[in-house]
Amino acid sequence: MDLITFARGTGLEAAFTIFIIGIAWRLFAIFRHPVKKDLSLPRTTHTLSGAIRTIFSRMIPHREFRASTRFSVINGYTFHLGLAIIVFGFLPHIVFITQITGLSWPALPNGVIYLVAAITIISLLVALMVRMNNPVLALLSNFDDYFSWFVTMLPLATGMAALGALGQNGSALDATQNGVVVAIHLLSFELLLIWLPFGKLAHAVLVFVSRGTTGSQFARKGART
Amino acid sequence: MSDIDTLHPLELDTPRLSVENPQTRYDKQGERPDEERVTAAMQRFAKDFGRTAATYMESCIHCGQCAQACHFYTSTQNPKYTPIWKLEPFKQAYKRESGAFSFIYKALNLKHKVTIEELEEWQTLLYDSCTMCGRCSLICPMGIDIATLVGQARHGMFAAGLVPHELWAVAERAEREGSPLGATAKVLKERIDWLADENEIEIPMDKSQADVLIALSSIEIMKYPQSIVSTAKVLNHLGLSWTLRSDGYEATNFGLLSGNSEWQKDLSMKLIQAAIDCSAKLVIMPECGHAYGALRWQGANMYGKPLPFQVLHISEFLAEKVQSGEIKLKALGKSITFHDPCQISRRGGATQAPRDVIHALGADLKETQDTGDLNWCCGGGGGVVTIHRADPLRHKAFEIKMQQIDAAGADIAVTSCSNCRQTFDDGQAHFQWDKTMHSLLELVADNLIE
Ligand code: SF4
Ligand code: SF4
Repeated sequence: MDLITFARGTGLEAAFTIFIIGIAWRLFAIFRHPVKKDLSLPRTTHTLSGAIRTIFSRMIPHREFRASTRFSVINGYTFHLGLAIIVFGFLPHIVFITQITGLSWPALPNGVIYLVAAITIISLLVALMVRMNNPVLALLSNFDDYFSWFVTMLPLATGMAALGALGQNGSALDATQNGVVVAIHLLSFELLLIWLPFGKLAHAVLVFVSRGTTGSQFARKGART
Repeated sequence: MSDIDTLHPLELDTPRLSVENPQTRYDKQGERPDEERVTAAMQRFAKDFGRTAATYMESCIHCGQCAQACHFYTSTQNPKYTPIWKLEPFKQAYKRESGAFSFIYKALNLKHKVTIEELEEWQTLLYDSCTMCGRCSLICPMGIDIATLVGQARHGMFAAGLVPHELWAVAERAEREGSPLGATAKVLKERIDWLADENEIEIPMDKSQADVLIALSSIEIMKYPQSIVSTAKVLNHLGLSWTLRSDGYEATNFGLLSGNSEWQKDLSMKLIQAAIDCSAKLVIMPECGHAYGALRWQGANMYGKPLPFQVLHISEFLAEKVQSGEIKLKALGKSITFHDPCQISRRGGATQAPRDVIHALGADLKETQDTGDLNWCCGGGGGVVTIHRADPLRHKAFEIKMQQIDAAGADIAVTSCSNCRQTFDDGQAHFQWDKTMHSLLELVADNLIE
């Protein structure tokens, strides 16, 4: 089996399997812990709406914190949105997703994607620099933070290299000439998938649990969420 | 040589300028091998690893934003005061013992066991530099409620006998005598007799039947007795059937602050039992922040079933009465800046109540730049004000308050927590600041239209 066949077949299946089982385990690890029933008289019983509200409201920092967190919020949004645009807006990715799920939607022009990719890479580099140099972040950071950064950056870098290997209709799937580069890109994406449940990248899922927990508990007390 | 502290020897061999804290000072209670202390802390930590703690421990993304919300970090810029860093041993214990991948961490020893040195080092972070004000919970993009976790981590510290000694001592005194500041039932009775005489006011004690039970904080009994007179004035004016009870009056809960949940329960149960014994329908908590949280939000959990009475903070009670028109107030003719006590506003959900009262006083409310639920903490909550070695840090943090209150430019500063008030008094004396903190309750009592 050559590399590209593995990357598109067994490799991908294995990565998805680990991803799904890993996330399920991560959630199970939380939910297996006991819940203490709160017997205090709630100020409101709208705990579900509190949870949902907090999941959304925390997307924008409270006014009082805006000045002090402006940079990290903007940079955070930049690479999160950048990654989303690249993953879901780039034609070869859509073709790839269509092949697996049957879903499809129109792609963004390649020029836009290239620009976004460049911005995303810069933004991630800035995030890394800040992490290493800011005393608070340097103190908090461990292997997970740096490795998670690395596996996020890797598909971006290999993706840039793979651009040149695209086939006639802009699809990675018929990129026969330079299959190795595309294969490496796919493998790097698979590494990201495999790592995701194990480190802090799991916040993609945990953010809902965590914000939801606080939202419902604060709502019970009638406190701001 | 007599002034050399043999317990905490000076590090004379270390190069001078590299030593940030030449004398790390931590306190220990009792004589026990270190091994036993660590084991006790771990067992207690494990007890607190419920679903909420697990969620938060799994979710932190190390973004460091919480630092920006904490008065101890922002006033010192010392990274060790980053809120989530204060929980590092708790987090490490969780990841090793109870987390999603604890089996890997343990098998490969990737997260080493928490050591006694770490627990000792973190004593100052968990006690001296966290008021459990919860401001950081509102900045965290993952919504992690650090104040709750600090409260839980303190349980383990208490179990290990690693509590700042002053805080331990007041908690122990509260458990033994019923009050952390020596306001025993006898002292209370004498004070009440004297206050009633002096002010020619009726202060009912130990009634066997009353609709309303009043709780007091010992800070008020010992330091701000006028607030007791004010309470009596308001309740008598309303013509309510109320009482103070010498078997349950202390509202502060140093069991909660020091991290001993047995003591916390004992202290809460005294109030709960007193309320049940006189068939109170309502317990009014005094101007004290954590006292409110201890009964309003944790009392039922201590009791083991829902409380058979309502719990209101005095500011909520006053707000209800001004709104129903039962209390009418003279116009104050002054502008007010209100300092929100964290446990009542941000963590208690009663942010609007004091504002309604201030409105009824006809005062012009000049809010500080960060206010209401996002108010900066006074720096003295969570038991911090009792820890002497924390004074320099607390004063540093207090500078934020002075600056914001000065900038708001109101005639007087008002709060509804006697612990905040005490912290402000101390800050005022330390900085020779020209602002005095007033009590909302006393303002109401002084301006009642009889
Ligand atoms: S609860 Fe308050 S004092 Fe404690 S870490 Fe958070 S912001 Fe700082
Ligand atoms: S703000 Fe929240 S997620 Fe970020 S480091 Fe602090 S606790 Fe962790």
